[in-house]
Amino acid sequence: MSHSSPPVIDILRLNTCGSVDDGKSTLIGRLLYDSKSLMEDQIEALERSADITGGGQINLANLTDGLRAEREQGITIDVAYRYFATPKRKFIIADTPGHVQYTRNMVTGASNSNLSIVLVDARLGVIEQSRRHTAIASLLRIPHLVVAINKMDLVGWSEERYNEIREQFEEFLPRLDIKDVKFIPLSALNGDNVVDASPHTPWYVGPTLLGHLETVHIASDWNLDAFRLPVQWVNRPNNPTDHRLHDFRGFSGQIGRGIVRVGQKVMALPGGVVSTVKEINTFDGPVAEAFCPQSVTLVLEHDIDVSRGSMLVGLDSLPGGGTELHAKVCWMHPRALQRGKKYFIKHTTSTVQAVITEIEHKLDMATLEAMPAPAELAMNDLGEIRLRTSKPIYFDGYSANRLTGSFIIIEQGTNATVGAGMLLPPTEVVKPESTDYTI
Amino acid sequence: MSRYHLDHLQHLETEAIHIMREVAGEFERPAILFSGGKDSICLLRLAEKAFRPADIPMPFLNVDTGHHFPELNEFRDRRAAQLGGKLIVRKVEDAIAKGIAIPAPGEISRNKLQIPTLLAAVEEFRFDCAIGGARRDEEKARAKERFFSFRDSFGQWDPKNQRPEIWNVYNARLNPGEHMRVFPLSNWTEMDVWEYIKREKLEVPSIYFSHKRQCVRRSGQWLPVTTLVPPKPSEEVREIVVRVRTIGDIISTGMIESPANTFDDIIAEVAAARVTERGSRADDKASEAAMEDRKKAGYF
Repeated sequence: MSHSSPPVIDILRLNTCGSVDDGKSTLIGRLLYDSKSLMEDQIEALERSADITGGGQINLANLTDGLRAEREQGITIDVAYRYFATPKRKFIIADTPGHVQYTRNMVTGASNSNLSIVLVDARLGVIEQSRRHTAIASLLRIPHLVVAINKMDLVGWSEERYNEIREQFEEFLPRLDIKDVKFIPLSALNGDNVVDASPHTPWYVGPTLLGHLETVHIASDWNLDAFRLPVQWVNRPNNPTDHRLHDFRGFSGQIGRGIVRVGQKVMALPGGVVSTVKEINTFDGPVAEAFCPQSVTLVLEHDIDVSRGSMLVGLDSLPGGGTELHAKVCWMHPRALQRGKKYFIKHTTSTVQAVITEIEHKLDMATLEAMPAPAELAMNDLGEIRLRTSKPIYFDGYSANRLTGSFIIIEQGTNATVGAGMLLPPTEVVKPESTDYTI
Repeated sequence: MSRYHLDHLQHLETEAIHIMREVAGEFERPAILFSGGKDSICLLRLAEKAFRPADIPMPFLNVDTGHHFPELNEFRDRRAAQLGGKLIVRKVEDAIAKGIAIPAPGEISRNKLQIPTLLAAVEEFRFDCAIGGARRDEEKARAKERFFSFRDSFGQWDPKNQRPEIWNVYNARLNPGEHMRVFPLSNWTEMDVWEYIKREKLEVPSIYFSHKRQCVRRSGQWLPVTTLVPPKPSEEVREIVVRVRTIGDIISTGMIESPANTFDDIIAEVAAARVTERGSRADDKASEAAMEDRKKAGYF
């Protein structure tokens, strides 16, 4: 459903969140409808279901509520992704559910976002869900936040009400870590201030929602200092016809941070052996340098022990490393996180066992204050834990670098993904096993 | 713009290569579903990008309904051979003969019969992962699916109980008998696919380009006349200039009238399109939940 336009430069990834009935799906439907990103057969399908179930009223939420149970219950169960483009930008929207049982899906939908839209029902103002979703956006360090104050038509387009809600937000925002916040009064149902400016809000001087999405400055997410390459796969051709490939041994992965150049020294972890980058291979030919988040294959000068789960790092700034970890977590499963329990954690390309040694605190969603020493973290809780892993992992603080600072928690037995972890900055950098570690 | 900048296709590409390599690193017996259609053509290019100079470390699998366009199968076999890959074809016809797939009385379409045929192939080769070219922009049930989509021991997708998927860390763990479907093109749109094919100068089956073909008008669509779709006495056979926008079975894929002869023509047509890609696929129109129901049963 994209419109062509000469060179579209970037992609804005965004997600919407709010409570049930805040009108998230309607808002996305409105964005697509008013930006002419909907196709005739999609509009026909909407009209068909309107005749059958909607008493003739088109329900824009049906565009994203793709599952039978969602349409039946009128709620969004799972993250739905929508794609559209304007002449200025391409957009990937994750419609993340607000229902309290499904907060884990907000983490799924928002973890890769540049921008989060938190919807607030103008009649209800800020509720616990608004705080929770804003706190998750802050925890995930999503750079931009839009507070969409929806259903303004139902409060008579009152500027006073808009200001009240804005003040409610500004009361708790200082406790969070979000730098760019934009408030927009709108009506998703009627389309006011979504794509077209509303005649009902002469007192509002800012952009429409789409206007903001098209112009918000998305500074690169990617960190270009301190090279990291988590090794995914060792490239070793079997019986190659090209004799030059007989001894080829390349380390493939997506650069998780920084820039790598031919001739640069890199350290292989675990172990700490240092070698030099001989070639940077891509299918399109060798390159002299490569950067995050490119996918490449590195060939080193020396034949050293590197396999999946290893990490190649630049010498100028070493990562943290060890088996004792300290992290913020979002718990996403009905079986609570408990001290002493064992899980798998997957961090970059490495999966290890881990035991929870301490639950330091959990966040009170009403006040956003930390409550010390809780017995457990239940589903949807955010908290801080300490854990010990069976093998060392090599990491950066999540606040410094997302790709090497994050991990998922997997339950043993069921293999369910039960938690998302964000590592705190390392207290000390990795110490190589041998002091004379250069080949 | 700094030189350390990726455009949207390069972003989608590196995301997809990362996923391909995660599959190679995490699974023991993965396969790539390759039909010869435009999306799976992109998959194979991404596999080259992920794994060269080594061999692509997984076979290609195709479920042949017996109702394929001949041009598609010819291309499929040729492309697989070019890449030096092992192509496994499992036929719906054979699955019917073995009693694995049982046609509904009176139903001509082989669409649903692909499900048991595919699941039988997964079992036969003990595949623990199948990479597919499905995209989230195609259909609203697909819009809900993860990159790593877990299947239980019956091959079923449970949309209400999907594993949360966070950052680029994919949970690939399985118990015996379960498998994973992985969709590296999840975030690609129809436009992205054609722009990528153009950028990479990839060959596609000839039926994507404009050609003359005998068609009949049926249920608002131009269907190609073949032995499987003979004209009814009341129908007028017309030779028109058409191409396919999406390839399904020959008995249900509507041809679109089009003069598009080059990738640029096709891209201009996609940009101006006022109906979705799957608007010309009768298999998707059965009901609002047609795709969801097939996916829950184990469809691609």
